[in-house]
Amino acid sequence: MSTNSHNIAHHRDDFGSKMGMWLFLFTELILFGGLFIMYMVYRVEYSEQFHLAAKELNLALGTINTLILLTSSLTMVLSIVAIGRGSKKISIFYLISTILLALGFMVIKAFEWGAKFSHGLYPGGTELANLSNGEVIFFGMYFVMTGLHALHVLIGIVILSFMLVFLLRDKINKDNYIKLEAGGLYWHLVDLIWIYLFPLFYLLH
Amino acid sequence: MSNSISTSIKSFYEYEGKHRGILGWILSTDHKRIGLLYLWSMVGFFLVGVFLGFLMRLEMLSMGKTIMGPQTYNAIFTLHGIIMIFLFIVPGIPAAFGNFFLPIMIGAEDVQFPRLNLLSWWLYVTGGLFAIISLFLSGGPIDTGWTFYVPYSIRTTTQVILPLIAAFILGFSSILTGINFITTVHRMRAKGMTFFKLPLFVWALYATGWIQIIGTPVIGITILLVIIERVFSVGLFDPALGGDPILFQHLFWIYSHPAVYIMILPAMGVVSEIIPTFARKHIFGYKAIAFSSLAIAFIGTLVWGHHMFTSGMSDTARWVYSFLTYIVALPSAVKVFNWVATMYKGSIRMSAPFVFVMAFIVLFSIGGLTGLILGSVATNVHVHDTYFVVAHFHFVMFGGTGFIFFAALHYWFPKMFGKMYNEKIAMTAVGILTIGFLMLYFTMFILGYEGMPRRYYDYLPQFQFLHILATVGSWVLISGLLLMFGNLLYSLRKGASAKANPWNGMTLEWMTSSPPPFENFNYHPEIKFGPYEYEHYEEAVKDEYK
Repeated sequence: MSTNSHNIAHHRDDFGSKMGMWLFLFTELILFGGLFIMYMVYRVEYSEQFHLAAKELNLALGTINTLILLTSSLTMVLSIVAIGRGSKKISIFYLISTILLALGFMVIKAFEWGAKFSHGLYPGGTELANLSNGEVIFFGMYFVMTGLHALHVLIGIVILSFMLVFLLRDKINKDNYIKLEAGGLYWHLVDLIWIYLFPLFYLLH
Repeated sequence: MSNSISTSIKSFYEYEGKHRGILGWILSTDHKRIGLLYLWSMVGFFLVGVFLGFLMRLEMLSMGKTIMGPQTYNAIFTLHGIIMIFLFIVPGIPAAFGNFFLPIMIGAEDVQFPRLNLLSWWLYVTGGLFAIISLFLSGGPIDTGWTFYVPYSIRTTTQVILPLIAAFILGFSSILTGINFITTVHRMRAKGMTFFKLPLFVWALYATGWIQIIGTPVIGITILLVIIERVFSVGLFDPALGGDPILFQHLFWIYSHPAVYIMILPAMGVVSEIIPTFARKHIFGYKAIAFSSLAIAFIGTLVWGHHMFTSGMSDTARWVYSFLTYIVALPSAVKVFNWVATMYKGSIRMSAPFVFVMAFIVLFSIGGLTGLILGSVATNVHVHDTYFVVAHFHFVMFGGTGFIFFAALHYWFPKMFGKMYNEKIAMTAVGILTIGFLMLYFTMFILGYEGMPRRYYDYLPQFQFLHILATVGSWVLISGLLLMFGNLLYSLRKGASAKANPWNGMTLEWMTSSPPPFENFNYHPEIKFGPYEYEHYEEAVKDEYK
């Protein structure tokens, strides 16, 4: 409990800031939760078609992207640890690595989606129209869920870029790096959601 | 440090921040200014909503077309719903009174995230503007009803996307307020302010914050999905492509049922403040009321299926939802009994806020008990989608939250504006409001019971008399509203100055000047007694606030 609630303008409450961030992440989980519920309902309804359609996805690219995201979470943590120890340069190095890995994820994602589109496997596409309802729904869920996740990756890249600017300008420093921690928490959430998307779409068939 | 308070201390109105004039308001991170920004914007939207309701009732005055055709009627009931729900009742009490009073009541200077707080107001205004702009875009005003049910919301040619984006933004604003309040309650309490010394309004806001966080993202994703369906035709809700429209209803009500508790819980919190103050007695069952708020927040997330008894669900699901609905009525009843018990042997002072609360208890109880008729599957099937539902909803939302919004406005008016209003006119307004309310909405119970369906712009001859009665009731109700707002507006300019503690309250907002100074207190609040321990009134309240 904060006993020194006065002088709030000058008083920092890192614990409170983190608590706010955690609550926000909780709402993000529930946002995706709606989609996970839908996935579950449709998976039960169309289990065989889901099996069939999942074989169309590129397991190799999915696996590479999983590794990329996991590594980016590691570099994110290392960046925070580094600034905590006062090594600004190392922290910047790891933060840039995180952003580059995120961009790499997006590039691979673009190739994956591009391949689906060129095969006509997109909502309204010629090939998809010939498939059964269950497969249409599978690809619908695939595009919506990985699309919303990709949007979060993009937002993450923007947030981390801001953090980079703050680091360069010493607004994030050894004594005050709560912003970087909050950005890191967001990035781990993006990672975590992918950890669930990957098996649900690529591995279950 | 505690002498000569009301004379030498500058109020937050006089405080000069970084910006002046209008910018000093719309860029201010002071929770009191943000609360007032919300208050004014919400009263504005509320009056628009009332006007739309007035038009609907006018259309129902006679059979056939009276002043508008069916398409216009559809658009107007949709807008009435969207404005009243997303722009008035959901943000309602927390955003206006919660923002203003939550930090003061826990002895803090502001909320935990003041800039985020300002952002939520900006998001609120943006959402409101989007909703209004959408009326003039291609396709014309949305006509789906405020529930946006698929498949119609995907097929209709009216402008659906922009109002949906508006609702999404408003949801985001609501989430940010919730996060802010929860963190503030955890982190910013003054010395000695333990959880069980929190005023019950704060408890209610705390529980509401949790529902906002748990429920709102679900409506967010649901709205996004409808937008995606309209733009890309993915088919997730389209049976032709294998989708399931009922799934939309589930997702929609997973939020929208808890949302009614977002609307009513803060109101219940206000009631728990007003009754002890005017009965001059310790609240009966403090912990029961506090925990019943949390119980409502929790059980309220599990009952959404009762909106869908006729939509197509298994019988097992229906009785389970029906059973849970009965369970969620219990904590509400706990509150009502505790309020009544608080008044027993109290030394009651009949002031306008208290009389509003009395009207609330009657109207809300009628609304709550008819809720049980709707919650039971067998009776629900008969009155589903009739005026009975409309009446029930307006009894709990308008007779409940709306009346308490007005009660809060009268209770805290002296504190917020430093002025007193005319008590007699306020009391008269409560009387007129209640009579108009009963004429308008109680009539709808009978209409619904006799089979009048909701959302129709026309009706059969046998309903004529009751429809006329309801329409006349709407005129009475609106006169009451005008009288009430007129009285307050007049007092704002010409009213007598208010004392720091006009009702002899014991919660912290009464222990600072009216209106409060910037950063709320000119001393460090330390809390020794519970918020309603009137036996310690003499010790707890500083001399200058008696």
